[in-house]
Amino acid sequence: MTMDAAVDTGAVNPDPPTARLSSDQRPVVLDVKNVSLSFGGVKAIQDVSFDIRKGEVRAIIGPNGAGKTSMLNVINGFYHPQHGTITWHGQERKQMRPHIAATQGIARTFQNVALFQGMSTLDNIMSGRSLKMKSNFLFQLIHYGPARNEEIEHRRKVEEIIDFLEIQAIRRTPVGRLPYGLKKRVELGRALAMEPELLLLDEPMAGMNLEEKEDMSRFIIDVNDQFGTTIALIEHDMGVVMDLSDRVVVLDHGELIADGTPNEVQANQNVIDAYLGVAH
Amino acid sequence: MFYREAGQFKTSYEADQAIFPILQDKWGLAALAAFAFVVIPLTANDFVLNSIMIPMMVFTLATIGLNVLLGYAGQLSLGTGAFMGVGAYACYKLTTFFPDTNIILLVLASGIFSAGVGIIFGLPSLRIKGLYLAVTTLAAQFFLEWAFIRIPWLYNYNDSGAIEVPQRLAFGIIATGPSATPLTRYMIVLCITVFITWLVSNLIRGRIGRSWMMIRDMDIAAELMGIKPLQAKLSAFAVSSYIAGVSGAMMVFFWLGAAEVESFDINHSFLILFMCILGGLGSLIGSYMGAAFIWVLPILIRAAPAALGITVTAASVEHINFMIVGALIIFFLIAEPAGLARLWQIGKQKLRVWPFPY
Repeated sequence: MTMDAAVDTGAVNPDPPTARLSSDQRPVVLDVKNVSLSFGGVKAIQDVSFDIRKGEVRAIIGPNGAGKTSMLNVINGFYHPQHGTITWHGQERKQMRPHIAATQGIARTFQNVALFQGMSTLDNIMSGRSLKMKSNFLFQLIHYGPARNEEIEHRRKVEEIIDFLEIQAIRRTPVGRLPYGLKKRVELGRALAMEPELLLLDEPMAGMNLEEKEDMSRFIIDVNDQFGTTIALIEHDMGVVMDLSDRVVVLDHGELIADGTPNEVQANQNVIDAYLGVAH
Repeated sequence: MFYREAGQFKTSYEADQAIFPILQDKWGLAALAAFAFVVIPLTANDFVLNSIMIPMMVFTLATIGLNVLLGYAGQLSLGTGAFMGVGAYACYKLTTFFPDTNIILLVLASGIFSAGVGIIFGLPSLRIKGLYLAVTTLAAQFFLEWAFIRIPWLYNYNDSGAIEVPQRLAFGIIATGPSATPLTRYMIVLCITVFITWLVSNLIRGRIGRSWMMIRDMDIAAELMGIKPLQAKLSAFAVSSYIAGVSGAMMVFFWLGAAEVESFDINHSFLILFMCILGGLGSLIGSYMGAAFIWVLPILIRAAPAALGITVTAASVEHINFMIVGALIIFFLIAEPAGLARLWQIGKQKLRVWPFPY
């Protein structure tokens, strides 16, 4: 279903895309090793290991409560796993905080949209540039010199993203007033404004209709193609997952039950059992 | 029909990001400035300056201070009165030490002390949110009130326990004390308030203001965008308390002339909070409107019977006053919970499409 939308991207990017490297040929960006996370007696993630390689689209799937979002929260630094290590660019991470993850180039969208409700679309996307703004308090106070130039320079970048996501018409609209599909799009824009190296998308297509899903798939492919951004994607729509992703991790009850290309995963008996249930 | 941006095209991001991008707004602002800076000084009598304009500007500034914290950064504080007190006492001590320094400079400097105190009492905000934070800021209110009584050094061991404003100069003109004219004091208060409003509006449209609003709207996402909650929250407390401190110093030095601890009590904090909420959270124009509404309306109502030639006892006027103001506050908040600023915005939107409904 989404392939049609994906093929259209030829118009945006006139050069024929160079043949995609297969995932094994790419360097590892993020390596998750034996990570376990529990809240009291609840074991959210148990001994999960997988890696994310540069420039790939990595899907994380699994039934409800499988620990997918918890996994993203671990990568983000919101949760601190009790066991296991996470290696970012060959360096093992120690005490992690979300704002440190941001400086390292990890951006994120949320399952239930987490936009800044009181701000306009423009300001929301501008907020993604916060880390790149450097002018000091005094210049900000008088909005002169570096502060003003910076504001204009980043506005230009933000306008590029607005054009990319085709949301020019809602530039000034407070995001609280936007329909759900557009909110998701603005949230993607906000994450893109950070120019991330790794983009974590938590169910970017939940609750969308077919057309919106096709649009969103197109943006995800474009982001991956044009900016070379590595993407980790949680999604329940199997059609989307199978079409978009290079490799798929399957979690169930906090455990990793399969890891491989979409075709391999589709054929895996454990995965079929997890999704369809199994006769006891 | 007249209020419309049709035909005003922006050709640069700079023009698009101006505080007042619409031409009509610029004219409106110019008219308002002319009224405040020229018409009022030329026409107003001492009563209008002393009892309406000066306090209104003082309260406007305090409301802007609270608005930075509550409206923009989303941190509820009930300590505004106390922070104003810190500014006032700090200014009093400063002018004791440096009697020859321009009093305006000292007023602006005294805010630095309240900013420091504000940062300390803002620390709980890193852990606590909403109403619970409000309760911890009550600690600031009670502790500082205690300090204003129990540390006699703050009021120069004055027997009355009050601070009495000495005569001080600004640019060679008598600016404070009994012999300063209301006009001088009004102009100083007006200039400081307008100047700080401009600075705050600059902060708000830049990175720092956005970081405040990000923390207010969704702190988790803000942290993911690289905002450090510690920095964002404490800077909001610092800026807010600085402004409150300056307004407190202005209140004592340019309006009351003398003050004791009762001038900075919890009722005072509530008064500023009401001005802030009624005017509109997260709006600078709302701060002006809220302060004007709550301060000026009772004065107008009090003056009304005499103006209309009706004889009523002073006590009944007071009672009627409370009833009318209370009812109006309820009416406005039901009509538009987001405050007067929102009403103003809706009005502008209606004007823009007039004579069509939308």
